[in-house]
Amino acid sequence: MYHYNDFDRAFVQERVNQFRGQVERRIDGSLTEDEFRPLRLMNGLYLQLHAYMLRVAIPYGTLNSDQMRTLALLAEKWDRGYGHFTTRQNIQYNWPALRDVPEMLQALADVGLHAIQTSGNTIRNVTADHFAGAAADEIADPRPVAELLRQWSTDHPEFQFLPRKFKIAVTGAAHDRAVIQAHDIGIQIVKNAHGEIGYKLLVGGGLGRTPMIGKVIEEFVSQDDLLPYCEAIVAAYNLLGRRDNKYKARIKITVFENGLEAFRDAVNEQFARTKPAFSGVDVKLFEEIRAQFAPPAWRNAPLKAYDDAYAADALFRSWADTNLTAHRAEGYAIVSVSLKKHGETPGDATAEQMRVLADLADLYGHNELRISHEQNVILPHVHKSDLPKLHAKLREHGLATANIGLVSDIIACPGMDYCALATARSIPVAQQIALRFEELKLEHDVGPLKIKISGCINACGHHHVGHIGILGLDRAGVENYQVTLGGSGDETASIGERAGPGFSAEEIVPAVERLVLGYLDLRSSPDETFLAAYRRLGPAPFKSVLYPEQEAKRERADAA
Amino acid sequence: MPRKFTPKVVTANRLLEGDAVWLTAEGRWTPDMREAELLDEEAHAELRLLTAQSDAATVVGPYLADAVAGAQGPEPTHFRETFRTRGPSNYAHGKQVEL
Repeated sequence: MYHYNDFDRAFVQERVNQFRGQVERRIDGSLTEDEFRPLRLMNGLYLQLHAYMLRVAIPYGTLNSDQMRTLALLAEKWDRGYGHFTTRQNIQYNWPALRDVPEMLQALADVGLHAIQTSGNTIRNVTADHFAGAAADEIADPRPVAELLRQWSTDHPEFQFLPRKFKIAVTGAAHDRAVIQAHDIGIQIVKNAHGEIGYKLLVGGGLGRTPMIGKVIEEFVSQDDLLPYCEAIVAAYNLLGRRDNKYKARIKITVFENGLEAFRDAVNEQFARTKPAFSGVDVKLFEEIRAQFAPPAWRNAPLKAYDDAYAADALFRSWADTNLTAHRAEGYAIVSVSLKKHGETPGDATAEQMRVLADLADLYGHNELRISHEQNVILPHVHKSDLPKLHAKLREHGLATANIGLVSDIIACPGMDYCALATARSIPVAQQIALRFEELKLEHDVGPLKIKISGCINACGHHHVGHIGILGLDRAGVENYQVTLGGSGDETASIGERAGPGFSAEEIVPAVERLVLGYLDLRSSPDETFLAAYRRLGPAPFKSVLYPEQEAKRERADAA
Repeated sequence: MPRKFTPKVVTANRLLEGDAVWLTAEGRWTPDMREAELLDEEAHAELRLLTAQSDAATVVGPYLADAVAGAQGPEPTHFRETFRTRGPSNYAHGKQVEL
């Protein structure tokens, strides 16, 4: 893992000191709110419905156990005992008091974390595959690239006032777990015909009110060219991007309105300028960063404890079948710890749970944790022989839910329970769907199904790329939920199609139930997933089960 | 034709705590909406909003929100404002347990 050097430490410390002064000046009246607001946003501090909210960046979702303990400390000491992990691999605290925020930032700085550029029209936290460095299917670990981008984009003087926010995601595997096609820049590590590692670059993806799938701007960018090329993309966008209308200011609109060819020309023009300005220090820096991400020393141990538990303990077996992923190292597994216990808030962890996870990472996980964009915690490197002990400990703390990738593993944004931008609530919908399917005892039969819920059109809950997407809206002063179908956020990315009229808060859970039960009847075999069935059959049969009255009406008309 | 004025309250978030507060007839900020001043005249409402905006040392982002007279004082008409009087639905936090 990357550890802050003296430069990083001094920079983050200086920002904490600055913000402390800014808070003091706001409280004593020397700064107006209009002056203070952009300053607090630069440091991740929002004002929401019930309180301030502090958004802390977790770079590419990677944490060590001390950092996790500090996140727990913040939750306990300055918040209400919990934190909310987000779809951008960040953590949000929902209740800080203004006076306490400098202390919170100090505690974070002490372990190499900060809240810089978690808001504003800047390059935000660079996200990455949460299985990075562990996945059996990856070409290379995406985190050194993400760290290089973090260092380059943090406080980059040219990119502090972009037309709009800017999000970058990196995957090291062809199977995309980082939703790169829905990012302003998506980066996929690839190998060319000569076996050299390079980067396939996508631009102009994004969700929100105008969802778009990213387009490939360059099939292969070499390591030497990566940073100058990224700088050229952002520079071209900075000049071409619209500033007259914030709804048309994201790079997806820039690319769409100018066309990919013209945008690529503008990037190449910038590249002619940026390339000579990079002296090669970026490549040297990359090598230094990469060395810090060397894999831990893998352990060789017998698997008997795992095999015995798997054979004897049905709960353990179900959890192992659902929550483990193949690891690149012999005898190891990637553990996904579900923060989606049925009826709980997706992505929330208590301070105690965070400490338990930190302890488990120390004991069994080579001191590493990840936060996934799907709002779960990953222990990326666990030897299989340790899994029974780990599972037992997780069970004691409500962390052993065996539902990764299933109906109840729902992404949900905070929605109108917290967010000032929301148009409806998301959390209660997620809670009720999960509880209903727990009651039906069906989710393991249903198999892989991604439900994603956003409480407004900005789509923090990624509803466009949910196999079933739910968008909460305000329709004439009442919460209303629109359903989209067939979205996907992986390498076969697609934007879900709106199914039809929206549902009230009372109707939405039964509607989802009809859809899922309908799918069970429609699938060709238990191996055909919801998404595969939807892609094979198209929307019509799914709409029929979603809107039975309309279907009945149509049948009556046909009979007449 | 301009839309008919509907009764309002002045509301904002407190600078230090960030929680929702409402302006009373005495010019005090209260965490209990039922104590707010219900403004049924447009000119008076605008004046109260100006007063609130001048109180930047106490509150952030004051605005006029629709309200109706209830048995115990003003009540919200929109669910967003209802949530602000109550707190989140996933935990017993905020005004639902603090008032």
